[in-house]
Amino acid sequence: MAWWSRTPGLSQEPGEPKKSVPKGVWNKCERCAATVYEADLDANLRVCASCGHHFKMSTDARIAMICDEGSWQEHDLGLESTDRLGFRVNGKKYSDSLKAQHKKMGSGDAYRGGSATVGGMQVEVGFFVFEFMGGSMGSVVGEKITRQFERALAHRRPAIVFCASGGARMQEGVLSLVQMAKTSAARSRLREAKIPYIAVLLHPTTGGVAASIAMLGDVIVAEPEALIGFAGPRVIEQTIRQQLPPGFQRSEFLLEHGMVDLVVPRADLKAQLVRLLRWFDPANVGVGDAADTLVDDTVADDADDDLAADHADDDGAPARNGRNGAGGNGVAHAADDDD
Amino acid sequence: MSIEPQLPDRMILEFERPIIDLERKISELRGLSTATVDFSAEIRKLEQKARKLQKEVFADLTAQQKVQLSRHPGRPYMLDYIRTLTEDFVELHGDRSFRDDPAIVGGIARFDAWEVLVLGQQKGRNTKENLHRNFGMARPEGYRKATRLMRMASRFNRPILCFIDTPGAYPGLGAEERGQAEAIAKALQVMASLQCPIISVVIGEGGSGGALALGVADRILMLEYSIYSVISPEGCASILWRDPSKVPEAAAQLRLTAPDLVELGICDEIIPEAPGGAHRDVAVTSAKLRTALKRHLKELTALSRHELVEQRYQKFRAMGAFVENAG
Repeated sequence: MAWWSRTPGLSQEPGEPKKSVPKGVWNKCERCAATVYEADLDANLRVCASCGHHFKMSTDARIAMICDEGSWQEHDLGLESTDRLGFRVNGKKYSDSLKAQHKKMGSGDAYRGGSATVGGMQVEVGFFVFEFMGGSMGSVVGEKITRQFERALAHRRPAIVFCASGGARMQEGVLSLVQMAKTSAARSRLREAKIPYIAVLLHPTTGGVAASIAMLGDVIVAEPEALIGFAGPRVIEQTIRQQLPPGFQRSEFLLEHGMVDLVVPRADLKAQLVRLLRWFDPANVGVGDAADTLVDDTVADDADDDLAADHADDDGAPARNGRNGAGGNGVAHAADDDD
Repeated sequence: MSIEPQLPDRMILEFERPIIDLERKISELRGLSTATVDFSAEIRKLEQKARKLQKEVFADLTAQQKVQLSRHPGRPYMLDYIRTLTEDFVELHGDRSFRDDPAIVGGIARFDAWEVLVLGQQKGRNTKENLHRNFGMARPEGYRKATRLMRMASRFNRPILCFIDTPGAYPGLGAEERGQAEAIAKALQVMASLQCPIISVVIGEGGSGGALALGVADRILMLEYSIYSVISPEGCASILWRDPSKVPEAAAQLRLTAPDLVELGICDEIIPEAPGGAHRDVAVTSAKLRTALKRHLKELTALSRHELVEQRYQKFRAMGAFVENAG
């Protein structure tokens, strides 16, 4: 049914040098195999127009997409790992690999944290840089996240972390392992101070990062089809000696199993984050009379939710109930045992 | 369950073999001694030789040999220490939402003057036990049970003693479905906020996140031949070297022995083991651990709830190795 056909020799004048497509102009979708024009891909937030597959996105593009224009202010740019272990593989030093990565990617290791506004609201936000050694968490990444949480605490601003990481950085040994504890402890303080923390899980989020801050969001949002889990699929397959079902450990699977709150396509991500931030924002007291009666108790006590029952008695002033009016609500969060 | 007097042949490590051969010769000679034939001089000589040999071998252990000792099939496990260190132990079960995980044992006990909560991963001594205990590799419900019990201890102001001994959290299908990552993350977060003293002792293998989930403590102690690592030497060799024969090198590079952990600012104290390792004399090892635990508990119980949480935060806050350039 060839209603058009190629005329040999027509497309190319003999003698003319062969036309080649410059590298980086076209890309191929990993899922639907469609050929996509790079510029279109960028314009579409690096989502395949034909099948909706989410390509990886550079951190710069991610920052531009999430933060209000011109609001991003990066912190802690001078942090650098010191390779305390003197780690080397076949004579190749970890410190040299780091240098090479810095040359290629700029300084800053595998995480970029900063202050910004999102939908006009001040936040402390950070991004794992997957291109930098698989987004692995070593001393620098752990310190940056901890500082981000501490800034959020000091300024009483929400924290957001965009996770994309293979896990702990092996080359820093147990020092990388304990970053899981360090960052989780900092996150715990936000929780006690009732400052919201939103985790956004990108492809892939596994290992020590999944098993710490990624899973500790007040709200956990995932991009579609991101691989999220503790153990990598290969390790699981080797352990249980069977093939994993399709879709295993993907965002939608986690949603179904109750491990994430939302799966949000990239195009809607910012709007959804703004919506969430607004709900958490203590300045957002609603409309009408309710605003007059609402008492700000966001700084009220240092009670740990985990142990809220201990503090129920000194936390139950009915006057705090604001919008709900009726008494008795003061002990509501005493019953919040969280998991 | 303890196997100290006679190690079965299959449990003897290669570098232990010459020492144990000598010891066997000694006990043979003892058996041959009668009223008329006296081997006591020879026995004394051999005993001296055995002690000297043991000292030499153990003075110069490689990282990989310590890894082997930490996993020694005769090594005392969590329940062995519960038996030797505590009284009136009552095991408590279940995560209250899915099931009980026998890979983590938790319960109430009395240690010296204190009513405490004890927790730890438990390995099996044989195939049947290991199937039951899943080789000490916990699933989410195990960590959730631990978290539940730790919150209870904090509410009632009881110190927590954690015994860490695991190859890692179990990487299985069901474990992932039920949120292995979340269960570990939650344990880390909760431990950081508990208002009671927590002491964690690495008694064998401190394997990655599955170990750390019982390790956010006010004091981190390690038995002399225990290890604590972000990944097993086997996993590291296969990922970074792509060569399983590089396991000993990976073990050395990872800096996972107790003295390494002290140097890296993570371990607070090394508990000496019996000569030849904890499995050669559980009582001696336990006694040393008991002394250290008592000392630390005394210090910690003198602190207020607020001081405990603050000091624990600062302890982990300071972990890591980096420089800060003018940026």
